[in-house]
Amino acid sequence: MSTQQLLPPAVAAPPAKPLRRRRRDGRAAVLYLAPAAILLAALLAYPIYQLVLISFFDYGQPQAAGTAPLVFIGFENYAQLLENATFWTVLAKTVGFAGACVIGSLFVGTSLAILATRVRSLPRMLLFLAALGAWATPAMAGSYVWLFLFDTDFGLVNEILVGIGFDGMAHHSWTYGTFSAFGLVAAEVIWCSFPFVMVTMYAGIQAIDTEVLEAASLDGASWFLIAKSVILPMLRPLLMIATIQSIIWDFKVFTQIYVMTNGGGVAGRNLVLNVYAYQQAFAGSEYGLGAAIGVVMTLLLLSITGLYVRSQRRSDAWL
Amino acid sequence: MYVRRSLTGLALLGLIAGCAPAQSGPAGAGGDEKTGTVRVWLFDEANRAPKEEAVKEAITEFKAAHSGVEIDVQWIPVEGRADKFSGAFNDPANAPDVAEFGNTDVASYVAAGAFSDLTADLQSWKEGADLLPTVLDTAKVNGKVYGLPWYTGIRALYYRTDVFTELGLKPPTSLSELTATARQIRAAKPDLYGISVGGKYTYAMLPFLWASGGDIAKQEGDKWTSALGTPEAKAGVQAYADLIKPDICPPEQCANLTGTQSVQAFSGGKAAMTIGGDFNHKAVEQGDVKGKYAVVPLPGTQPGSIAPAFAGGNLLGTFAASKKHGLALEFIELLGGAKYQEKMYTAMGNLPTLSSVQQKVATADPFLKPFVDTLKAGTKFVPSTPAWSKIDAQGVLPTAVQQVATGGQNVDTALSAATEQMNKAFG
Repeated sequence: MSTQQLLPPAVAAPPAKPLRRRRRDGRAAVLYLAPAAILLAALLAYPIYQLVLISFFDYGQPQAAGTAPLVFIGFENYAQLLENATFWTVLAKTVGFAGACVIGSLFVGTSLAILATRVRSLPRMLLFLAALGAWATPAMAGSYVWLFLFDTDFGLVNEILVGIGFDGMAHHSWTYGTFSAFGLVAAEVIWCSFPFVMVTMYAGIQAIDTEVLEAASLDGASWFLIAKSVILPMLRPLLMIATIQSIIWDFKVFTQIYVMTNGGGVAGRNLVLNVYAYQQAFAGSEYGLGAAIGVVMTLLLLSITGLYVRSQRRSDAWL
Repeated sequence: MYVRRSLTGLALLGLIAGCAPAQSGPAGAGGDEKTGTVRVWLFDEANRAPKEEAVKEAITEFKAAHSGVEIDVQWIPVEGRADKFSGAFNDPANAPDVAEFGNTDVASYVAAGAFSDLTADLQSWKEGADLLPTVLDTAKVNGKVYGLPWYTGIRALYYRTDVFTELGLKPPTSLSELTATARQIRAAKPDLYGISVGGKYTYAMLPFLWASGGDIAKQEGDKWTSALGTPEAKAGVQAYADLIKPDICPPEQCANLTGTQSVQAFSGGKAAMTIGGDFNHKAVEQGDVKGKYAVVPLPGTQPGSIAPAFAGGNLLGTFAASKKHGLALEFIELLGGAKYQEKMYTAMGNLPTLSSVQQKVATADPFLKPFVDTLKAGTKFVPSTPAWSKIDAQGVLPTAVQQVATGGQNVDTALSAATEQMNKAFG
């Protein structure tokens, strides 16, 4: 409402110059945008254009090396992909796995951020150091460390479990069962992605004006009500960024699955879309099919994040 | 307005720029320069030092004979080879002149047009006639030879002599006896795998398939079709998958093992038997079981027979786009010749491909006897078509074996899915 009241005077500005002025603005805008636009065109638009193009061709190693003619096959790569039952299973598993990782890292990250605002500086510093350590660990190294911890024969975890009386856990294989393997990898993914959420949310909480909170408590709001109606709505933009980032990262997980389940688990039951694409298409030099998987994945991610952003814009009530 | 118009312009330009994906130009015809640097790609291996030593010696000899020639060796990791080679195929100008590569990859590399046809060159080579014909066959695509076989890899049955003596067992003489023996050992010694084999160890599975009378695929004219649907193939896969069971090699530990990991389990003392290659000798010697093991040929289905082994091995080839064809060819003939094959055998334990050298080293080293016996009994090979690289990369056979081993699917369903996938790859 208030914006509408403010608008009329702005529109009623002197009508003489606007055209020339807008033009000059346009030129300036183009100039300002040019560096970013050129970068985006070179690094994003062109590769995506090539990706889409390749997905319409029978494009393997001979075609890439220029020793075989290019054959346009229209949507055949997509048809081949979509009628493949394995693709749908893998897609469903990827969505489930990414969903668990997103929820997990948001929950752990936000909880620890709240914890960080409530403890004194030394424990907070330790918490941040630990989180940054996990954050800085390369995915490959992190995956191997977790594998060693959960190793069947020499793993610390099994040793401790046997030590405290769970004899059945001797030589237990954590990476064999479908759920067990996915769970282990999800734990590793959450471990290396919660610090981003935590740091973001911590910054957000710190930025909330204490006067707002004081005002709310003076009005008699309970702690729960303050969290629900004051803090969370103010954190919403940050939470949205963290969620979108997590969705994109976790949907595209490759290293952790590839390393920890030895390339997709027993009989490929721990495959996620990225590993599947690599195995089916790139390792086998079927770049056309691989490009089609890439395009499908991009579209999926765009629509998931698009829907999420829209739902966040629309809903007024939080929770 | 301007922004939108210029963006549309840009987009249009992009569309006009070309509606076909990027391709690199076809490789040039190459040349025959007599001086300069010859670039060589060799595989990096776990214990590379002795290999590097032998190669260095060859380089010194080569340089002494050719003035103004340098040899630049790059060590390529075996796991990352696909990326490296794809890169070389797409950018012939930066490709090496000589490369070592696995014989299972030869068909797909040739389809990319990267390697030169060496048929005539090897025929006129004075040592060419000494190359074992079965080994030379693994370097052929459509009847033409694209690589000089550098060494052969043959697998046989490693077993623990101490365990066998303690339990009063004899090395198995047939595949069914092998299964029974493995089961017996695990029952007596629950800490040991009866035999360490894995779902991802395709080259251990193939002898079971072949011994049962099955095959991977059949060729009619130019067309390959999967042969996994035959009762013989099913029997073979089932026999192998039966080893990955709780009473021999529990699926929790073994279903995902690769060849290297299976041999590691044996050399680490965790298994009573394994299927290992002559090239695994050094690794097993360095393990806990040194002095406590022996090797026999992997038996076939009939008592006393030998199962057909997979004729693995590496080749030396020259790139078609090389500017130094003559030098490259001379270098692989030196490295693949009798003198350096013998040196490579001493350095790495690789089985030579020249029959005279093979005979010489086999008489001197009794360890090689079971491998040479296996080789003589006849070997088999994977389908020599570019599609095989794809089938291999997609893990079609390991997936089927794992499905059967873990009881997820019976052998009929698992193999019919594999058949379908293979036929799709064959096209």
